[in-house]
Amino acid sequence: MWDRNQMAARAALELQDGWYVNLGIGIPTLVSNYIPEGMEVTLQSENGMLGMGAFPIEGEEDADLINAGKQTITELPQTAYFDSATSFGMIRGGKIAMAILGAMEVAENGDLANWMIPGKLVKGMGGAMDLVAGVGRVVVVMDHASKHGDSKVLKECTLPLTGKAVVDRIITNLGVLDVVEGGLKIVECADGVTEEELRAATEATIV
Amino acid sequence: MKKIYGSAAEALEGVLKDGMLIAAGGFGLCGIPELLLSAIRDAGTKDLTFASNNAGVDDFGIGILLQTKQVKKMISSYVGENKEFMRQYLGGELELEFNPQGTLAERMRAGGAGIPGFYTKTGVGTVIADGKEHKDFNGETYILEEGIFADLAIVKAWKADATGNLVFRKTARNFNPPAAMCGKICIVEVEEIVPTGSLDPDTIHLPGIYVHRIVQGEHEKRIEQRTTRPASGETRSA
Repeated sequence: MWDRNQMAARAALELQDGWYVNLGIGIPTLVSNYIPEGMEVTLQSENGMLGMGAFPIEGEEDADLINAGKQTITELPQTAYFDSATSFGMIRGGKIAMAILGAMEVAENGDLANWMIPGKLVKGMGGAMDLVAGVGRVVVVMDHASKHGDSKVLKECTLPLTGKAVVDRIITNLGVLDVVEGGLKIVECADGVTEEELRAATEATIV
Repeated sequence: MKKIYGSAAEALEGVLKDGMLIAAGGFGLCGIPELLLSAIRDAGTKDLTFASNNAGVDDFGIGILLQTKQVKKMISSYVGENKEFMRQYLGGELELEFNPQGTLAERMRAGGAGIPGFYTKTGVGTVIADGKEHKDFNGETYILEEGIFADLAIVKAWKADATGNLVFRKTARNFNPPAAMCGKICIVEVEEIVPTGSLDPDTIHLPGIYVHRIVQGEHEKRIEQRTTRPASGETRSA
């Protein structure tokens, strides 16, 4: 089984040199710690920045410089700033090669639910719907099962969707699955996880 | 025509009306028109609809207008940081229209550019698409979203010259230019007013044609999530 950091490290293998990438909040944020040495990957923050740097050292926080999670960050030599309409223009326009996002549920046809649980506090979709509709490739990183042990990799999502048939690859603590014709295909199993265990933990059709 | 006003209250004089639609710039608490929001609270204008990505926090940003019950409706993409908002929303006192963030930004930009509607694939197959016109282009389905034409835009910039040419700073630019564009009247608050001619015309982010009134003042610029790394480490993070 992979822990959070191992999942992030596995997700970092999805990156390619020269790509512009958007990382979601949570485990996806950790992916930036595992960008291979020498690979040029530019991180986009949808509040209006390309070339996102590390968190600042204490005393150097700038209220005018935050990421989409509202955390203070820093700029890099290649950083560019722009307004929100331009930011989502590049997202919707397919200029961002990949988004790595968290999820509550993913279905075997690539449906994604990650913004709302009916009856619970509604916070909003933020930029998630735009990202999944617009970027070149959507990779989901999440735990395979809920806290109650229910599979989050489903035949059909039960929660309101963020996007329909948008997910390309799912990376969980148990392994990696691709959305293909007719269901999901196992790409690899996490360390110490057998294919049988991965299948048993997955509600979705595995082809 | 003189665009510079002495205070946020003066800049808002004759502009505020109960029930009006206000587009506000800012992302989280970054780049929000904090002086104008305070002045609107003091003015007591009621039944306001805000098109704004977020609703501030309980005691800062649009949150201060929620406390005084001056807001009737929010058009936003994310409102998770505000408990009073949730209380009023769940109690049926406040209307909420969720817009995907990029759709909200484009609705503002479009309104400002004289475009009443546009098609986007964002939200297709979700509750956002319910009741909206669907249309196929090149084999893909899109939904119709409408431009926002606000009665008033309130925005925050870093610098303005006397003609209203604006320069923003880092990620505090965010929703401010599209919000400014979609207002019939746009009032901007800045940290500094510089002499006309001192800004390089090639580096102006928003030309003064969009800006009707300017006020300069001290900004608190509150940080929502202060996140740091150890001084020695080379850890990259996002």
